[in-house]
Amino acid sequence: MSGNGMSPRALARYEAMAAQARRQRRLQTALPWIVIIGMFVFWEIGCRAFNVSEFILPAPSRVFAAGYRWWTPLMWDSLDTLKTTMMGFAFAIVAGVLLGVAIGSSTMVYKGLYPLLIAFNSIPKVAVVPVLIIWFGIGMWPAVITAFLISFFPIVVNVATGIATVEPELKDVLRALGARPWDIILKVGLPRAMPYFFASLKIAVTVAFVGAIIAESVAPNAGIGRLMMVASSRFDVPLVFAGLIVTGAMGIVLYLIAEFIERRTTGWATRGQDQNLAVGG
Amino acid sequence: MSRPFVEIDNVAMRYGGVSGTLALQNCSLNVEQGEFVAVVGPSGCGKSTLMRLVSGLWPATEGNVIVAGQEVDGPLSMVGMAFQNPTLLPWRRILSNVMLPLEVVPEHRKRLRAERPMYEARARELLRLVGLEGFDSKFPYQLSGGMQQRTSMCRALVHEPALLMLDEPFSALDVFTREDLWGVLQQVWMTRKPTVVLVTHDLREAVYLADRVLVMSARPGRIVAERKVDLPRPRTLDSTYAPEFQALVHDLRRYIAMARSGEEVVV
Repeated sequence: MSGNGMSPRALARYEAMAAQARRQRRLQTALPWIVIIGMFVFWEIGCRAFNVSEFILPAPSRVFAAGYRWWTPLMWDSLDTLKTTMMGFAFAIVAGVLLGVAIGSSTMVYKGLYPLLIAFNSIPKVAVVPVLIIWFGIGMWPAVITAFLISFFPIVVNVATGIATVEPELKDVLRALGARPWDIILKVGLPRAMPYFFASLKIAVTVAFVGAIIAESVAPNAGIGRLMMVASSRFDVPLVFAGLIVTGAMGIVLYLIAEFIERRTTGWATRGQDQNLAVGG
Repeated sequence: MSRPFVEIDNVAMRYGGVSGTLALQNCSLNVEQGEFVAVVGPSGCGKSTLMRLVSGLWPATEGNVIVAGQEVDGPLSMVGMAFQNPTLLPWRRILSNVMLPLEVVPEHRKRLRAERPMYEARARELLRLVGLEGFDSKFPYQLSGGMQQRTSMCRALVHEPALLMLDEPFSALDVFTREDLWGVLQQVWMTRKPTVVLVTHDLREAVYLADRVLVMSARPGRIVAERKVDLPRPRTLDSTYAPEFQALVHDLRRYIAMARSGEEVVV
């Protein structure tokens, strides 16, 4: 690309800019890891320097040791939590999209349902878990339903926003062709709501975890929440922290998956940013 | 003598209930089959309202709108529309944006699956006609504003509508692109002869394109003057500098000034 017709000085400058952009890109990829590792190092040094009691804040080395020692229950319990989270999350997607379409496309449904929806969302989910246990007994269902309840609201709001903000002129174009309301939702509303939907998925998937773990901690039956409750009742604080770290790691992985799908399916909505990244490094 | 294709008879339109804004009053006009009519008027005179009434998107408060011999009582599926904004779907490629109407219009949507190659060829032919050959698989954001507007025009034409409603389709474009697209639209009209209603505030555009120019009054809008444009076709940019052309534009300009100040228009 470069070189044809460029003066040596311009060429050198061009090369320098390209090298600078490459360095910056490498740094950007490495940065999250540097920050995470740096946090652990800082934490470890702090614990040792101030001689913090393991009961208050165990050093990362102790946490990882505990995680290594108890890795089988940690793994099984995380998988359990992952399962309940994903079930609740799946229900939330189905119900959230359906209700979001209904609310976004009909003012009647919006006016009628929205206040109730907000009221439901304002209830702390911890308070709901005991009720769920009375209804469904101890088991996975309270966790599934709590994950569902907590992750469903952002999906509804976002899908509804995407559908409700379809340009009136575009609606006119389609209506003048004899399109029924359902055609407009299918051809325009839903595709248009997709970026909003995926943005909400990234939030929803992480809060779904919170929901599942809350339920598991209130009614310790299975999952990483129970593991942490058991560990803390045995004053095994390093294991509690190991549970927290595993939860955080699963949250990141699910977030990345959601983001990957988002980028593959709705690239048209973010192409401006991609271009900037490609050009500016 | 056959009936006009579009008949608007003493129509009034009021938005927002009894005390709402009166957009049109005593508005009457006819458009013949295959005729190209331009509607000009001061801004806010109800031109876009007129479009909505004719395409059946809104019911008139008073009076009748008759298209193809039938009273309009709901959206007509034989209308193609284009607006000031191209309103393309950003997630669809150009070809599939153009083909959108075929997925919606009742008579085509049934046949689309079986006869997709035929329909695709038709959409490609239109894209070629407006000078967008080879852009089928681009996304709208990869095209310039003028190219997007051409695409929007193809979308308005792909289902071969009997009536084409254009609401200031070129007003967001720069002058050179706009004049380019006049030529394109004239070409399309001369090859396919749809009935066209073009709403615009550009008098040169109106005279360049139309067989007849209608002037609307300030709100509440009604037709206050009418000029036939007898200039030979195809018209070119050179013909816009001809004295007859200039005289027509000048006359129209005078009508608009009168319409704006609320005087009686003297033709």
